Amino acid sequence: MLNVQDLHASYGPVLALQGVSLYVPEGGVIAVLGPNGAGKSSTLRAISGLLRASSGTIEFAGQRIDRLSPEAIVRLGISQVPEGRQTFAELTVRENLTIGAYTRGDGSGIRRDMDRVFSYFPVLAQRSKQTAGLLSGGEQQMLAIGRALMARPKLLLLDEPSMGLAPMLVREIFSIVETITREERLTIVVVEQDANLALDIAQHGYVLEAGAVVLDDAAAHLRANEAVRRAYLGY
Amino acid sequence: MDQFEEFAQQVVTGVSIGSIYAIVALAIVMIYRSTGVVNFAQGEMATFTTFISWSLMLRMDFWPAFALAIVIAFFLGGTLEMVVMRPVERASPLNSIVVTLGLLAIFNSVALWRWGPLPKPFPRPDVFTGSALTVGSVTISRLNIGILAIALLMMLALYLLFSYTKIGLAMRATAQNPTASRLVGINVSRMLSLGWAISASVGAVAGMLTAASLTLSVDMMFAILIFAFAGAVLGGLDSPAGAVIGGLGVGVIQALAGNYISTQVDVLVAFMVIVGVLVVRPTGLFGRRVIRRV
Repeated sequence: MLNVQDLHASYGPVLALQGVSLYVPEGGVIAVLGPNGAGKSSTLRAISGLLRASSGTIEFAGQRIDRLSPEAIVRLGISQVPEGRQTFAELTVRENLTIGAYTRGDGSGIRRDMDRVFSYFPVLAQRSKQTAGLLSGGEQQMLAIGRALMARPKLLLLDEPSMGLAPMLVREIFSIVETITREERLTIVVVEQDANLALDIAQHGYVLEAGAVVLDDAAAHLRANEAVRRAYLGY
Repeated sequence: MDQFEEFAQQVVTGVSIGSIYAIVALAIVMIYRSTGVVNFAQGEMATFTTFISWSLMLRMDFWPAFALAIVIAFFLGGTLEMVVMRPVERASPLNSIVVTLGLLAIFNSVALWRWGPLPKPFPRPDVFTGSALTVGSVTISRLNIGILAIALLMMLALYLLFSYTKIGLAMRATAQNPTASRLVGINVSRMLSLGWAISASVGAVAGMLTAASLTLSVDMMFAILIFAFAGAVLGGLDSPAGAVIGGLGVGVIQALAGNYISTQVDVLVAFMVIVGVLVVRPTGLFGRRVIRRV
């Protein structure tokens, strides 16, 4: 479904990606692991079109997307839940979800999907009239995921969903994500510092270091890998 | 005239002056709300398009020229954002401010060069002429009623746009978080130019109404812009209703101070009240304080 080949990108003089290749099959959950600054977020930003690749290709559903604008990429079916959630603090929860469906014109479908998001995250329904800035971190993360779902993506990119959240809450959010993946037949790329969690829901994982893939394998093999365990699993 | 009637007349006069401030304040709020930038060239852009409408009115009736000028202003505003503002968008807000100050100087000079320094009589449509309305001994001219009505209509229109339309929601989202807006598929650049376009149109209306109530001159919007700014800040820079109430409020304070104290100090008193309000409520009367839990 998604095929990234030898991607290079930089922020001004700072090299962010130096040859990232990854393949995401349809319906799969792929984890991208690695230390801070390894290029995990940059990879997602490049896929979404926020970061322009200097070389390499990104193909989605058989189409080159590496020269498209973020707006066009959303329309093709790729949504991102960005790092740090980035909800619209001064808009209400409902408005945040409504704007998530910006690319769509099917009113009744949008209402149905909003109900579905509310059923995944009942707390959002209770707070639908509050501004997003008043939500707790966990609720904002749920809202960010809900907002991304409102675009009806085929591929969902999750950037550090656990950041700054209590472990209990993170478990809860991950289990909901798992349910959503199953029920909505989504394909997911999840970037995570917490490798344990990510490998729980992923079938396959990539380990990034210094802007390049240093290791990729089935999730179970990565778990068993001595170096990965020491570096990212902490046992 | 008894004391109450005198007071009432001053309030009516203040509301009349304030209606223009209110419209210009709306234009300022419009850009601020959709792009996060304050446009200091707002007044000069309005004057410029008013001169264009004046040239048009030599060839056609008032209302067609009025409408055409609004359309011209729309495209002027949108184009300015794309050509002049976009390059500094990513730089610090200070750069944007300097660019809008530059625009102020440019529009002022071009208007002076093209149309000259002498004030020009500006036509008044028939509905705005005729006898003034009188309640007791309080009078208000038809023109002033018209200006107030237009100010309120535009406030309502902008409120509806921002609160109930998809495009308005997208403009608010863009002002708050451009990156997240792009990630939900909003064409952010288009929203920014749309903000400028609508604002320039609102400003054009203010310019033409000012010219109709005074005369058309190159510097007619200068003082008005300052009071409109004060009104916008008083109301809270991000609220259309606040802009109108703030603008009217500044007009009323100015009229009352001019009548009861001295016309020498009306400006002073108006700004003292504004500073006072801001000391107590830094976000203005209707501005929302952004509350964020992290």
